[in-house]
Parts: sequence; C-alpha cells; structure tokens
Amino acid sequence: MSECHDCGSSVSVLPPVGARAKSAPPAVIAIIGPPNSGKSTLFNRLTGLRQKVANFPGVTVEQRTGRVKLANGREAHLIDLPGLYSLAARSEDEQITHDVLKGLRPGIPRPDAIILILDSTNLGRHLLLAAPILAEGLPTLIALNMADDLTGRGGKVDVNALSDQLGAPVALISASRGEGLDAVTAFLNRADARKKPLMELPVLNDIPGCRRWAARAGEGAGYHAPAPAHWTRRLDAVFLHPVAGPLIFILVVIAVFKSVFSAAKPLMDGLNALVVWSGAAIGALLPDSVFRSLLTEGVWGGVGSVVVFLPQILILFLFIGILEDSGYLARAAVIADRTMARVGLQGKSFIPLLSAYGCAVPAIMSTRTIENKRDRIATILIAPFMTCSARLPIYTLIIAAFIPDRPILGAFLTAQVAALIGLYVLGFIAAVATAKLLKSSVLKSTRTPFIMEMPPYRWPTLRGLSLRLIDRAKVFLRRAGTVILGVAVVLWVLGSLPLKDGKPPTVEASIMGHIGHAVEPVIRPLGFNWKIGVGLIASLAAREVIVGTLGTIYGMEPHAEASNVGLQQAIRKDLSFGGAIALLVFFAFAMQCMSTVAVVRRETGGWKWPAIQFAYMTGLAYAGAFLANQLIH
Amino acid sequence: MRCHFARSLNATHCRLRRLKTVSITLTTHAFASIIKSLVQLSVKSERCPKAARTSSLAGLRRGEHGILDRLELPDDQALRLMELGFLPGARIVAAHSAPGGDPRVYRVDGSEFALRRETAALLKLRDPE
Repeated sequence: MSECHDCGSSVSVLPPVGARAKSAPPAVIAIIGPPNSGKSTLFNRLTGLRQKVANFPGVTVEQRTGRVKLANGREAHLIDLPGLYSLAARSEDEQITHDVLKGLRPGIPRPDAIILILDSTNLGRHLLLAAPILAEGLPTLIALNMADDLTGRGGKVDVNALSDQLGAPVALISASRGEGLDAVTAFLNRADARKKPLMELPVLNDIPGCRRWAARAGEGAGYHAPAPAHWTRRLDAVFLHPVAGPLIFILVVIAVFKSVFSAAKPLMDGLNALVVWSGAAIGALLPDSVFRSLLTEGVWGGVGSVVVFLPQILILFLFIGILEDSGYLARAAVIADRTMARVGLQGKSFIPLLSAYGCAVPAIMSTRTIENKRDRIATILIAPFMTCSARLPIYTLIIAAFIPDRPILGAFLTAQVAALIGLYVLGFIAAVATAKLLKSSVLKSTRTPFIMEMPPYRWPTLRGLSLRLIDRAKVFLRRAGTVILGVAVVLWVLGSLPLKDGKPPTVEASIMGHIGHAVEPVIRPLGFNWKIGVGLIASLAAREVIVGTLGTIYGMEPHAEASNVGLQQAIRKDLSFGGAIALLVFFAFAMQCMSTVAVVRRETGGWKWPAIQFAYMTGLAYAGAFLANQLIH
Repeated sequence: MRCHFARSLNATHCRLRRLKTVSITLTTHAFASIIKSLVQLSVKSERCPKAARTSSLAGLRRGEHGILDRLELPDDQALRLMELGFLPGARIVAAHSAPGGDPRVYRVDGSEFALRRETAALLKLRDPE
C-alpha cells in the first residue's frame, strides 16, 4: 500500500464554509453514505420541511436538496446524494455521486464540504467508503450514526483516535434520536480543513486492500463491533419461517389491499363531497357566465376529480413507509422474489404492483425502491395494467347494464361478479405477458445479481413517516395543480365551444362532439358510436370521467353514480353486447390516465417511456376491443 | 477421493450433524458416524456427483457456515459483492430463506444479504479440510 492516492494526504485549501463572504452563494454540502446508514434521517433532521425533491438533471435518480440555517444568519444548501457502497461508478447512482463530487454535473455546483454518514454498528464494512470520499480532498465530517444502537449492544469506538487516523473530524451521532448533532451543526458552520492523517489512504481499486485499511482504521480507533441484534434474529425466525413467513406476508398484503380500498373510501367520499360542495358554493357567489362554468366545471371539477385520490395515496404511502422503515419490506421482497422471477422481475417489484390495484400513480412513485433500472422501468410499464379503482365506475356501469345478475355457482358467484373478476384477471394476464415480453427483449436483464441487504428491524418514527407523507402529498398536489389543471381546462374548452347565442352548445354541437364524430370511423369496428368516442376522449384525462360524460351525452343526471338505472337503459339501447364487452376490454388495457402519464414521465426522466407505454397500451386496447366485438357478434 | 452424499440423502446427513452439535455426547457421535457410514455404503458411486459436496454458498443450509474461496462472477459483479464483505477468506453463515430456500439470507461480517441461488452457486467455498 505504498502507492497513495495523491490528494488523500494533502491538506485541503478550501476556506471554511461559514467564513465565506456575504455576497458568495450559499455553501453546498453533500451528504453521502451507504444505503441503510440513516442518510435520509440525518437529512430530514437538519433540513426539516425546508427541502425539495427533484430528479438529477438528465437522469431519473432522485435528488433532494434542503436548506439549513447557519449561526451567522446565512444558509447552507444540503444535497442528499444517492446511497452507495463505493465510488467505483459501476451504477448510475455511483456515477452521479462521482460526477457531483468532481463538479462535473451541469446544474449542480461542486460541493464545498461533505458529510459522510456511516453506520457505527457496521464500521468494518462502512469505513470502506471513507477511502474514496477522503481521497476527494474536500473538508469532510465523518458522522458515525446509530450510536444508540452501538452502545446498546455493547460496542464502542474512540472518535478522537479515528479522527487522528483519518485526518478528518469524526462525530458519533444518532440521527433518529437527534443526539450528537451539535458536532454536525458546528461542522456546517465552519467546515474544518483537513489535517494530515496518520494513515495513508489505500489504493482505491484494490478492494481487499481497502478492506484491510478499513479494518486497521477501526482497530486503531479501538472499535468493538456490537453484539448481533438478537431481536432481528428472533423476528426473522418468524417472518422468514417456512410456514408462518408466507402467512404473515399474505396477511400484510391483504391489510395493504384493504386499506387502499376500504379505509380510504370514507375519506375519499368526504373529500369528494367537500369538492362538490365548495364548487357549488363558489358557483353561487359568481354571476352566471362562461367564466363561472370554466371555474366550477372545468377547473374545480377536473382538479377535484384527481385530488380525491389523495387519501388513498397517503394511506398507501403510510403503509409502505411503515413496512420500509421497520425493515419488513426487505423480508417481503425476499419472500416474493421467486414468484416475481417467473415473469422476469424481482422481489422488489412486488409492493409497487400490489399498490397499483389501488392507483398506478403511487405505485409508480414507489418503484424507487428498485435499484436495478431495467427492472424498475419494466415494473413502471406494467403497473397501469393492474385494475385500479378508477376503472371500477365504468366496469360497474357496463356490467350492471349488460350482464344478467344470474347465479353461476350458488348465491356467491353471480355472472356479474364473475365478469368483474374476469376483468381483474384480464389486466393481470396483460401485465404478466407484457413483463415477459419486455424482459425477454428491450429490457432483458442486465445480469445484475439480486442482492438485497437485510437491515435490522427498527421502530418507524412518527417524524420520519410524517415527513415522507408530506413529501408525497406535495409531489402529487403539484402535479394536480399543473398537468391535470391544464388538461381539465382544455377538455372544458372543447366541450363548451363554439358558443351558441352566448351559451354553451349541446355536447353533439361542441368541438368535442365533432371530434367524437370524426373518430367514429376508427372506433366503429370496436362496436362504439360517436357518443362512446366522446367518452373515450374525455376519459383520456382520467378513466372515471367517462361515466359523467356519458351521463351528460345521454341526458341523464351525471352525479347519480353507477346505480343510475336510466343511464344503464339508455346505453343498453344504444350499444350492442359485443360493443359493451369491447368497451370493458378497452378500459382494461388502455392507459387513459394523464396522472399516470405525467408520473411515468417524471420517474423515467423523459417522454420516451410514457410515449411507448401509451402507444402500446392503446394499441393493445384497440386490438383487444376489436377482437371482443368481432368474436361476440 | 471421499465421496459425500447424494442429494436425496443430504437432509438425513444434515439432521444428524445438527443432532451432533446439540448433544455432544460420545454415544451420539458414534451412533451418527455408524449411520453415516451405512448411508455412504448404500449410495452408489455414480449418484455421488461433485455438486453434492458443499462446494458453493448455495449448498449451505441454515446455520451452516463456510469460508469463501473465490467468486466465479464477472468482475464488476464480483467487486460489488466484495465491497459488501464477500471477500475470499471471509466466513459466511447461511441464515433464513424464503420458502423453498431461494433466495437465502447470508451473514457476513456483521451484515446480512439475501442472494438468489443462481448467484450463491457461483460463490465457491474452500474445502473444509
């Protein structure tokens, strides 16, 4: 180990962070650490709600930045970099961290200092990352996290000795309890220049050498690894038990499923009532005009129809948050892995796909836990095939109108229930077939082995969970306030123009009606008429919109839900049986959800995948509906 | 060449070994070795493939351990595992698994990682002798 990295031993010449001139831009401090080291907990501790989430420019990896108030009234910007095991730039995450540290990533200034956060209960492995980070030569604080766990299990480490060995300040902290954070704030206020370390840095690409270096550093600091976490072993004996494990897994799945479906229902109904009531209240305040119609029907109705999904999304993320923070999600992924592997996916795809039965939007947001990029994109692409709750209004309307309520297997399974189950199965088959297709072609596995770290079980903290929920709510509402708002306004305009004697036209005479007539030749082979065409176009924004649109077109009361017998009868007269089945098949496959398109664009970092996905799903929906209509004639 | 057991008899072998560790009495030990040799005799030589010998991580059962010898994986994948502690010479303990034994959790250097059998089979172990 004579060959030392040249900048590792040199003393940094950068000025202390807080001592910079008032006119200078705020200091940028990067937080780096291996996965499960408590990086995000520390980031949340330091920044609280003063953070924002975005993607790194040009890539899909999430970038979180936050502001911290410094002692002299100035601010520092914190960047939470992706969790990583090394700086070898083998994965996208590592490449980004590497680029950010070198100042090579456009749009992100080179950090002035680094906080390297390591798990103190696992220093032998985590100190490995200290070598390449210290080699960067920037002022670095080494924060040894989970101090409470370390001492609780009988481990110890001499912070000063480690600091001397590595030539950088070292702090023992507990981010979840907020202990030892004074040292971190002190560092933020005055990032210390690096001293000459007692130990030379190892050759970075020699991993066994680096391991020996890390072990020596630990030894020199009197590091005693803590006793194994007995609770984790005991809980694993239950959660990964050959019989009890899968049973608990199924119970958890049912609990998530049920909460997304039924627990969110009263909240969603309440929010919906609030949207309708407030819309009416605003309408009553304004004079009857085009502007009022735009505001109440276009903006309020359109955005409101999406905002009502917020409780569902938050409940889902609360569950996922508890599962993830407690450490159970890793075990669930292990149990689900073999089943998922059959379609070419992996254990980590399981929870997102399950969530997609509630709503594809939070499901796609939760694919962040899948590190393998191709598996993640494959999961995103198949998630909208899962039967989400927005499909239920049209399913129940058409089934009630066309399928007789005849028992098939006793009183429990009627033809109507069987049809609904059939539609769930249809979506599932489409998802599985698409996954197989993708994983055997464009998204063929990258041959990255499935490596899943099993973190020790921990109690999720209220603070961590609530910050996570606020974060997701912000992301969702921002989209509802931009993309959905735009689409809602456009749809309203198409439905309300051209004006006839200063009044909105009938649906048939509106631009929307003309478009419906224009697309009629295209959808005629599916057994649809122009009215269904208008419904399909209106439901491009959100699937459930079609019920209200059909209600308006058929001159029925749109708010009277799917139990509306009048609408059922009107559709039954207007649509053939083949056309009705085709409509169900179309909705099972088509990607009629602007929210999903928007979130896919955001999560994949461009229009390529949402465009492919939209074209593929629409094509499949058209082909499926065509076949259904032709076969059932 | 000492031949171990055919796959179908591995379970018996394992149960006996566990029994051995639980009660370290000479009688049990002697009894176990008698059974062991009887079993060995009853197994035909062609039913003793090399794989039956626990030559990789995939052959370890819960609670068993082995010393890693080499990683027969492409460089970048091997390096990733080495960073996590799967270094030649490291002592690796097999822990719980998903139903059916795949993927399985392995304990190395104070951390736990789940690996699929296809990966574990490429992490070769040192001969126990």
